[in-house]
Amino acid sequence: MASIIKREQTLDKLFSGVTFSAAFLVLAVIVSIFISLFRESLTAIDAFGFFGFISSTAWDPVREVFGAATTLYGTLITTLLALVMAIPVSLGIAIFITELCPKFLKPIFGTAIELLAAIPSIIYGMWGLFTFAPLMGEYVEPLLQRIFGPIPLIGHLFSGVPLGIDILTTSIILSIMITPFIASIVRDTFALTPVQLKESAYGIGATRWEVVKDVIIPYSKAGIFGSVIIAMGRALGETMAVAFVLGNKHAIATSLFDASATITVTLANEFTEADSDLYLSSLFYLALILLTMNFLLLAIAKTFLARKRKI
Amino acid sequence: MKKLLLILCSVMLFQGVSYAGSVLNGAGASFPYPVYSGWAFQYQQATGIKINYQSIGSGGGVRQISNRTVDFGASDAPVTPEKLAEKKLLQFPAIIGGVVPIINIKGIDSAQLKLTGDVMARVFLGKITTWSDPEIVELNPSLKLPDAKITVIHRSDGSGTTAIFTSYLSEVSKEWEKITGAGKSVNWPVGIGGKGNEGVTNYVKRVKNSIGYVEFAYAKQNKLADITLQNHEGKYVNASFESFEAAAAFAKWEQDKGYYLWLVNAPGEDSWPIAGASFILLAKEKTASNQQTIKFYDWAFDNGDEMAIKLVYVPLPQNLKDDIRSYWQANGL
Repeated sequence: MASIIKREQTLDKLFSGVTFSAAFLVLAVIVSIFISLFRESLTAIDAFGFFGFISSTAWDPVREVFGAATTLYGTLITTLLALVMAIPVSLGIAIFITELCPKFLKPIFGTAIELLAAIPSIIYGMWGLFTFAPLMGEYVEPLLQRIFGPIPLIGHLFSGVPLGIDILTTSIILSIMITPFIASIVRDTFALTPVQLKESAYGIGATRWEVVKDVIIPYSKAGIFGSVIIAMGRALGETMAVAFVLGNKHAIATSLFDASATITVTLANEFTEADSDLYLSSLFYLALILLTMNFLLLAIAKTFLARKRKI
Repeated sequence: MKKLLLILCSVMLFQGVSYAGSVLNGAGASFPYPVYSGWAFQYQQATGIKINYQSIGSGGGVRQISNRTVDFGASDAPVTPEKLAEKKLLQFPAIIGGVVPIINIKGIDSAQLKLTGDVMARVFLGKITTWSDPEIVELNPSLKLPDAKITVIHRSDGSGTTAIFTSYLSEVSKEWEKITGAGKSVNWPVGIGGKGNEGVTNYVKRVKNSIGYVEFAYAKQNKLADITLQNHEGKYVNASFESFEAAAAFAKWEQDKGYYLWLVNAPGEDSWPIAGASFILLAKEKTASNQQTIKFYDWAFDNGDEMAIKLVYVPLPQNLKDDIRSYWQANGL
């Protein structure tokens, strides 16, 4: 008997050991990526400093002067615009599926959204370049320019030659790519709203809109927030789709019709042929900044959610 | 299953001994990859020696041969004599390629628009912004040029094509040299960037009144509208096998410099001004593997021209081939 117990105990220990090392591996990979990125970046950090690097708009491989401002700006602006477009649409999808959709249609819409999430980004890029960008450049953007162009200040956002290869097109494609992430998570959290709460609201005469606005959305705030953070992470790191339609220009764009560049696209484009040490190191530095930024975003989101749960 | 494992093991073992056995490892430029692998295939059939060439990019090729991890490296950009001396490398050209500016202007076909290097530099600098600019009209009195804004399209990824093109612009325009300079990727004053030859081609085809540049082979295979350029002697020439070969034949190659030369704005009446050679790099002290490598290129110089032309590459002219052979001899190979 004792031997059996002992054997079970060793098995137990072994099992927990195996699972622990599996979990530990994740930590080890992340830390070692951070360390190696940091080490490779040292040359660039020495040369440009931190604030000097992120505030400089220079990107001149010939003279070896590098700065992160233009790509950081491109990354943030496309992500922000994508979120602005994707959040309302995703909420609409989630509300429709959980509250309004006839039962037999639910699985169809649900699967369609999940399929959208399964499309590889290179396909979005090719579709963007061959189909969507021409549509934007020929029809949508000239129309927008005619409508908004004459308005002072706002008009500037729509200035320039509309080529379809610009911030607007990229943001729309990014928003299509992240919509399924937000929509499916939000749908699941919406479905978790206790029926009693909804019934009571209907019971005191609330309309459907009021139930959604005052019961379901407040109840699912944490889930919505979490899904937005996940989507933001995806948009910040998206490479292939963006590389095709953003125009890869190292400049601070002030019009929606201007080309721009993001951090990941710059890495993908310039890594193979970066032949000087400082150039290569600056690319690593860009990667380090992106990873740190993503890490901080995640940390903020986690603490925010943790606080929320306590209340 | 065991048999399979045995075969796998023996294959890996053979890979390990590298040149001592029958495999040569090379790495580098992606531009000559199709022709090198074509030659390698025929060479293996003829001699049984396997050449394993990985197209990892010119930068990687130079790094790998500098660290002695491959038998030969390849680069689209010539390595400077100073760096060759520092890393103890030998260098020689193996194949010629070039760059062709392409345009999309309604009503203007291939080889109709004439430009000088200086005017083209000013277009890519954003100083000339419309096709009806007097500087362009003056060169093309008979063409009907639209009064439309020029969209400049360039490569977004670092590439030998860009290095050749920007070297040419730096050569013909002091302004370009001062503002932008030459390199595999540069800080473009204007325009949008497409990824790869196919990206640039796609943008140029789609964007009206645009101008871009692609590899000669790419332009030829896709029948893109190119332009006529003024060369070093003031003659207007079109991009063709002959004009590329002329550029390579008349260029002033120097063995002492390890053939360091940008084949741009080369002398000769028929020379196309934006050409470039793709180079092979050898580690000076690795005599045994170098002999294997030059044996391959020696064979390719004799037997590879047909294959190269079929793949739209420009073979080296005979005088250059002979010169390279004497360079090998001079270095004890």
